[in-house]
Amino acid sequence: AALCPCRAVLALRGGVLRALCGSVRGLAAGTQTHFGFQTVTEEERREKINQVFESVAKKYDVMNDSMTLGIHRVWKDILVHKMNPSPGTLLLDVAGGTGDIAFRFINYVRSARERQLQRKLRSHQNLSWQEISESYQEEQCKPLGDSQVVVCDINKEMLKVGKQKAQYLGYSEGLSWVLGNAEELPFDDDKFDVYTIAFGIRNVTRIDLALQEAYRVLKPGGRFLCLEFSHVSNPVISRLYDLYSFQVIPVLGEVIAGDWKSYQYLVESIRRFPPQEELKAMIEDAGFFKVDYRNLNLGIVAIHSGFKL
Amino acid sequence: GSAGLSRSEPRARQGHGQEEEEEEGCYRLYPGHIPTSPLQKALLAAGSAVMALYDPYRHDMVAVLGETTGCLALPNLRDKMKHHPEGYRILQERPRIRLSTLDMSRLRGLPDGSLGREYVRFLEDNKVSPDTRMPPKFVDDEELAYVIQRYREVHDMMHTLLGMPTNMLGEVVVKWFEAVQTGLPMCVLGAAFGPIHLSARKLQVLATELVPWAIRSGRNASCILNVYYEQRWEQPVESLREEIGIFPPP
Repeated sequence: AALCPCRAVLALRGGVLRALCGSVRGLAAGTQTHFGFQTVTEEERREKINQVFESVAKKYDVMNDSMTLGIHRVWKDILVHKMNPSPGTLLLDVAGGTGDIAFRFINYVRSARERQLQRKLRSHQNLSWQEISESYQEEQCKPLGDSQVVVCDINKEMLKVGKQKAQYLGYSEGLSWVLGNAEELPFDDDKFDVYTIAFGIRNVTRIDLALQEAYRVLKPGGRFLCLEFSHVSNPVISRLYDLYSFQVIPVLGEVIAGDWKSYQYLVESIRRFPPQEELKAMIEDAGFFKVDYRNLNLGIVAIHSGFKL
Repeated sequence: GSAGLSRSEPRARQGHGQEEEEEEGCYRLYPGHIPTSPLQKALLAAGSAVMALYDPYRHDMVAVLGETTGCLALPNLRDKMKHHPEGYRILQERPRIRLSTLDMSRLRGLPDGSLGREYVRFLEDNKVSPDTRMPPKFVDDEELAYVIQRYREVHDMMHTLLGMPTNMLGEVVVKWFEAVQTGLPMCVLGAAFGPIHLSARKLQVLATELVPWAIRSGRNASCILNVYYEQRWEQPVESLREEIGIFPPP
């Protein structure tokens, strides 16, 4: 990166100024938190993140493909495979915006349901024609086997894009869209079998509250799954990853979406997010058991899992 | 929660974290300025060039290309302005051509053939507004940022003086003129690659008549950034053309 000779002097001055501003701000309004590498109040952070997602919503999927060279699709596939939902599962996908997890869930239970029905047919070799047609009807009526996914997102624009995508791709059954805040979910206690949050928890201002809410709305025996950018411990990979993140990604944001700042925020927010062990501890604090994580791509991404018992 | 925050902060302050934070706070030279490393500028230049060709409606990409490749041409332009009395005044006073600063009704009332009247006619005929010019983001010098801003705002004046509309053909002709005048790589690239989207017939007119005229005028004319247009609304376009050295359009 560029090196400025006067950086040291300015840095010192800047740091002192910022510290002063920070303490004055802190006295004036709300608790201090971070927005990327800036220090802001919680209220400001929520507003800024709202603006970021409003502006990126339309190009969200294109940008994901460009930044990760399509690999994000593999990550999301792995998440749903790990979930291994059986027909009849009720899933809550928080910060589910454009529907990537929801659609994968639907595909998965649909094929699981087909396999289920085929196995049933095969196990009853001597079926009458009536019984066979009944089972076909069953397949027609309940292709998902009562599975349902609720996509919850705090941002209207993201939900809008998600609904359009669903219509375009032909997903309608077993899918509902709800506007809501992860820190204060509009659902009853003990409702869902699985709770997922993919690349969303990083943007939540009070992660502890979101985890508590996740615990609340899950049924006993329910599973919490979180897919998120995490920390790379390997120093060589880490340097390459940093170089790519800070040099290339904002440029991609500017060229493809005309929006440098949102993607600068994205890479900064990844650096600010707690690493694997810390997130694991936070999940345990919320009451989850058997909390575990699995690194994907050397820690660029991690899947955390926990159970409500 | 807060425990996570305090522990991740020192981590973020290492290496890039420190640089990014300092860049944000101390290196914003003007509102909208985004400091960039040489590598980022190179990537931006390449990316914006490709995107501008792929989607000619991405005017922001043309702007970004101009900013990231102008590091030699912009200081040149600035010096030309400094060494000219009118240009020097422009650099001091930093006038901006914007709908809020222009008195449209007064300009419309000026006689036909005057700069002000023709400029307003141009804006209305082509349904454009001076307010759609992108502010600079990636220029790392505050004065040069003004120079490129001035160049963008004067672009419409160019259309008026050259008598070219804002369709693809007209834009390419103006780009040729500007390329000769300013030497900005973005103008040169735009002039060279702009014709890709034109039909064969238009290409012929372009090559045989318009481009030679644009080049001749560009060479002959004094620096177009050295004209204080806002003080010359009443001046007839013909007389201004003669003064600058632009030949009458074919």
